[in-house]
Amino acid sequence: MNDLLFQYLLRLGDDSLILGQRLCEWCGHAPTIEVDLSLSNLALDLIGQATLFLGYAGEVESGGRDADALAFHRDAEDFRNCLLVEQPNGDFARTMARQFLFSSYQLALLDRLCSSADGRIAEIAAKAVKEVRYHADLAADWVVRLGDGTAESRGRMIEGLDDCWRFLDDLFAMDDGERALAAAGIAADKAALRPLVQGRVEQVLRQATLSMPGLPWQVTGGRTGRHSEHLSRLLAEMQVLPRAHPGARW
Amino acid sequence: MSKDWPLWEVFVRARGGLEHRHAGSVHAPDAELALRHARDTYTRRMEGVSLWVVRSADIVASDPDQAGELFEPAASKVYRHPTFYDLPDAVKHM
Amino acid sequence: MYTTELDKTAGSAAAPAAVEDPALLAAFEARVANDEFIEPKDWMPEAYRRTLTRQISQHAHSEIVGMLPEGNWLTRAPSLKRKAILLAKIQDEGGHGLYLYCAAETLGTSREQMIEALHAGKAKYSTIFNYPTLNWADIGAIGWLVDGAAIMNQVPLQRTSYGPYARAMVRVCKEESFHQRQGYDLLLEMMKGTPEQRAMVQDAMNRWWWPSLMMFGPPDDNSPNSAQSIRWRIKRETNDELRQKFVDATVPQAELLGITVPDPDLQWNEERGHYDFGAIDWNEFYAVVRGEGPVARERMKARRAAWDEGAWVREAAAAWEARQAARRAAAA
Repeated sequence: MNDLLFQYLLRLGDDSLILGQRLCEWCGHAPTIEVDLSLSNLALDLIGQATLFLGYAGEVESGGRDADALAFHRDAEDFRNCLLVEQPNGDFARTMARQFLFSSYQLALLDRLCSSADGRIAEIAAKAVKEVRYHADLAADWVVRLGDGTAESRGRMIEGLDDCWRFLDDLFAMDDGERALAAAGIAADKAALRPLVQGRVEQVLRQATLSMPGLPWQVTGGRTGRHSEHLSRLLAEMQVLPRAHPGARW
Repeated sequence: MSKDWPLWEVFVRARGGLEHRHAGSVHAPDAELALRHARDTYTRRMEGVSLWVVRSADIVASDPDQAGELFEPAASKVYRHPTFYDLPDAVKHM
Repeated sequence: MYTTELDKTAGSAAAPAAVEDPALLAAFEARVANDEFIEPKDWMPEAYRRTLTRQISQHAHSEIVGMLPEGNWLTRAPSLKRKAILLAKIQDEGGHGLYLYCAAETLGTSREQMIEALHAGKAKYSTIFNYPTLNWADIGAIGWLVDGAAIMNQVPLQRTSYGPYARAMVRVCKEESFHQRQGYDLLLEMMKGTPEQRAMVQDAMNRWWWPSLMMFGPPDDNSPNSAQSIRWRIKRETNDELRQKFVDATVPQAELLGITVPDPDLQWNEERGHYDFGAIDWNEFYAVVRGEGPVARERMKARRAAWDEGAWVREAAAAWEARQAARRAAAA
């Protein structure tokens, strides 16, 4: 059970870590200063969540690895994040489409995890769920404004959503291990979350005068370490200092 | 080149029981995002529990050239202040 | 993060205000001399308005451009804690740019105009940000030296005569109080690490020391608007006074850190009660002010790209709101 829990915590922590890292790329380059500050707030929340989940993962593993060791000294195949969060930022519409989908999913997930049978998970979820509710609302605001803004923004938002839609199955993927944790009341049953998330997404897209994209060919594998080409590059950048300087102190 | 978004004035209530105080301004396209921008800009360090935003253009301000006629007449109304009244020491706490 | 009077050619600010009512001017000068605050709707001489607009917008530009050299290492921050600290700090700088643009806007120039002047190369920003960040210790050096220099300048500006500027600076100073400390803390930690890390810290010091001293602007004898700015309480101490203060405060901190200040002429002067230091390369300073710093082009290109590529986003949100407003009007 411990290894299952460890794997599960990696999934939770890696999602936040990788998306936080992606959002860091926007810093200093957003469409207005105000939007820059908003994106930084999202990233700060996500990095904080990653620190808590990965820290707990290290304790559960009890192999002497802390959150930093897990973040900076694992290779891509050992990461357990979903494919959606590792996708490049693209333009602001794409970033917001990705954020909207992920935060809507994460909100439903954390909402459930607030009553996890694992006290530590419940505790982290209770803190994070408030952050993520804001993320989901902010992203929804932008989906509506861009979707129903100008012809150009609408086109970009449609394209952004289209791109993300390939990773929906991956987002909700569960293996037997996670199902066992769900049965024990520790993890959330993602299959049960999916209709909830879908309902919320549909509602916002309607407000944005957009229709739900059809489900294209689904790419999966993130939860088992089979990632897209983008992740190893992201990690090469993120991990360069600790990898290049073993024994260093930061 | 597009126009920048309009300016909004931000008022923050620091804690329950206190009034909202002017904190600064943000640019935002609409009221909802103005609140979000105000939150992301002016309450990053737990500075507040409540926010107001109002379009800067909607604020009506007094004219500093009329400051004399508006505010100086109050100066002579000394009897509005408790210190104006000299009471015997025997009367305490009034 | 910082500003100083950079634009020496803007001497027009010192031109006599021939068309202005002498009585108003005298009243204004008396108020300022009396340490009263000037507020946006108050009468003020055109030169005051112009000088302040330039100074506050330069300050705002510096904050925004200053996000870039630190942002360069954000995605490579070596621990989760350092990543969060650095992101919070850069975000603060964005916020400070925002406060300052808003303060400058109260003088009648729109933020968009100021940003366009920056992008057209007509406005200046602090020269320090035209230097590259080459290793992680640079992030510490920026916090310690650059923010340290900034604080020297900004603390007195909390009492500057223009109300909105002073209030923005109060907020900025309060928020920046952790910036210098986190930089020094970062360097202290690296000095406890490997020999390579200590070498990085010294390398950062070697590259940032002189540009940090230049941040205080040209020497007093070559700073034409200083006297007027001090009279108007737009500035409270001269460039050279602040520079000396910075050197005096920083040298002992370098010693504590265990690194060398890259100045062979640096020594304590018992008589003056200050450190003497070597000559600053003012040719380099003026070249960087002209926009010839090592990464000046990259910085401007990045800012222009962010603004231009964000245009469709700003337009979309404005178009959406215009449509909502029309609907609200129709429903009313």
